[in-house]
Amino acid sequence: MQFALLIYESPEAFVARKSDGTDSYTGAWRAYHKALVESGAYLAGEPLEVPETGTTIRLKEGKRRVQDGPFADTKEQLGGFVIMELPSLDAALDWAARCPASSTGAVEVRPLAPAAKHRVM
Amino acid sequence: MNGNGHENTHRAMERVARESYGRLVAYLSSHTRDVASAEDALSNALVAALKAWPRDGVPQNPEAWLLTAARRSFIDLVRHRQVAEASEPTLQLLREEREMTLAAEFPDDRLKLLFVCAHPAIDAGMHTPLMLQTVLGLDAARIAHAFLVSPSTMGQRLVRAKTKIRDGGIQFEVPQERELPQRLDAVLEAIYAAFGIGWDDMAGVDQSGRELAEEAIWLGRVLLQLMPREAEVHGLLALMLHCEARRAARRGPDGRYVPLSEQDCRQWSLPLIEEAERHLDEASSRGRTGRFQLEAAIQSVHAERARSGGIEWDAIMMFYEQLIRISPTLGTRIGYAAALAEAKGAEAGLAALNGIDPNEICAYQPYWAVRAHLLQRLGKTPEALDAFDRAIGLTEDLAVRRFLLQRRG
Repeated sequence: MQFALLIYESPEAFVARKSDGTDSYTGAWRAYHKALVESGAYLAGEPLEVPETGTTIRLKEGKRRVQDGPFADTKEQLGGFVIMELPSLDAALDWAARCPASSTGAVEVRPLAPAAKHRVM
Repeated sequence: MNGNGHENTHRAMERVARESYGRLVAYLSSHTRDVASAEDALSNALVAALKAWPRDGVPQNPEAWLLTAARRSFIDLVRHRQVAEASEPTLQLLREEREMTLAAEFPDDRLKLLFVCAHPAIDAGMHTPLMLQTVLGLDAARIAHAFLVSPSTMGQRLVRAKTKIRDGGIQFEVPQERELPQRLDAVLEAIYAAFGIGWDDMAGVDQSGRELAEEAIWLGRVLLQLMPREAEVHGLLALMLHCEARRAARRGPDGRYVPLSEQDCRQWSLPLIEEAERHLDEASSRGRTGRFQLEAAIQSVHAERARSGGIEWDAIMMFYEQLIRISPTLGTRIGYAAALAEAKGAEAGLAALNGIDPNEICAYQPYWAVRAHLLQRLGKTPEALDAFDRAIGLTEDLAVRRFLLQRRG
């Protein structure tokens, strides 16, 4: 089964990205990524730029409503995602708990929806 | 009633609920096998007590009061379900029992309930949650939290397991002599799983159920009360008490992780260590060794440092050798490698680690933590860094992660 980890990070975590890479948060991420890849579960993953760089768009009566900033105004913001192949939700939850962001922000586990994909492809 | 009276009533209720919960559920479900209805009935009784006791005062025998109320509710619940064929004998039984005097004594069926919870027909992963809920009355949300699943998922799994107990022909009985060792093992395993600590000596971490340590010790004491002659029951309790004795020393004042060998012994709880030692003595006087006694013996050697100032690694290594013979789990083999490294040198420890199948350890944190330490000690820096990364990446506990990051350098 394929699962996505949706990684919600704290403002401090986004700030840590600007460091020289020797801080403990970045170190923890480097180690986590390595452990995930070596375990064979890792399929893909990308970090996202900081939330302030987001632009959200809605069409209201055919007109564009553009909002400067991310979709949701919450303390923790989506900072990236990982896609994994694992036998069970329990295994995915283990990896979510090990994710460095889960102790400072939050990590959501979601199964991918292959059936919904097949319907449109 | 004034606020104080309310508080006293509440405290009385909590105490009765805590001490009597398992006894009442076990008694109510032992003939019907209907654990879920027994729990529902008991929670109805507790709600009724919440109304009646502040008004009328706490009854003289609160447990008997709860039993009467729960039994009444139980009959209603079973009648409501209207599974005619199944429930008629049940109702008959309950009517008969109602005639019995409720004065003080009813049989303690908790041992049967513990064996039911850890029955081989029940998914092994559900043994511990079932015990925590049926014997201690913990709610699904708290159990789910410790087992890292959602409360609704844990709730569903518990319901499924209880349905299996009711409909699957699982008997409420203490197993026969012949099956007893194996069945008792499952009960001990389930209690130990709730305790969930065993890796503090090697910078590893086994997070699951950590918040449940006190509950596990409580279960261990209940089991000992019911089976005072079983060496392994003493062994399990000794093991848990030894680990519990070090709780305060496991973190520095700043929340920093402190590995066992660097803990300040003065922070260990002497009363708990002494109690653990008494149980270990009691166990060994019975002349039947077992996994939990051996694990407790290893912890006992560590505890000896408080007196002698040193650690007898040869003794620990020897206990691990025996342990591997009866229980060659991954954790045991890694513990052995770590002890071997201390007793005979890092090369020997590393060789033992190299003998483990790579497929088994690709997501097993303690392996990588021990490996990293040994490689570092041998000055194999690039390999050590790699192993540290694997260990760090597999760590859940933030304090342990920081500790490993620091060691990695």
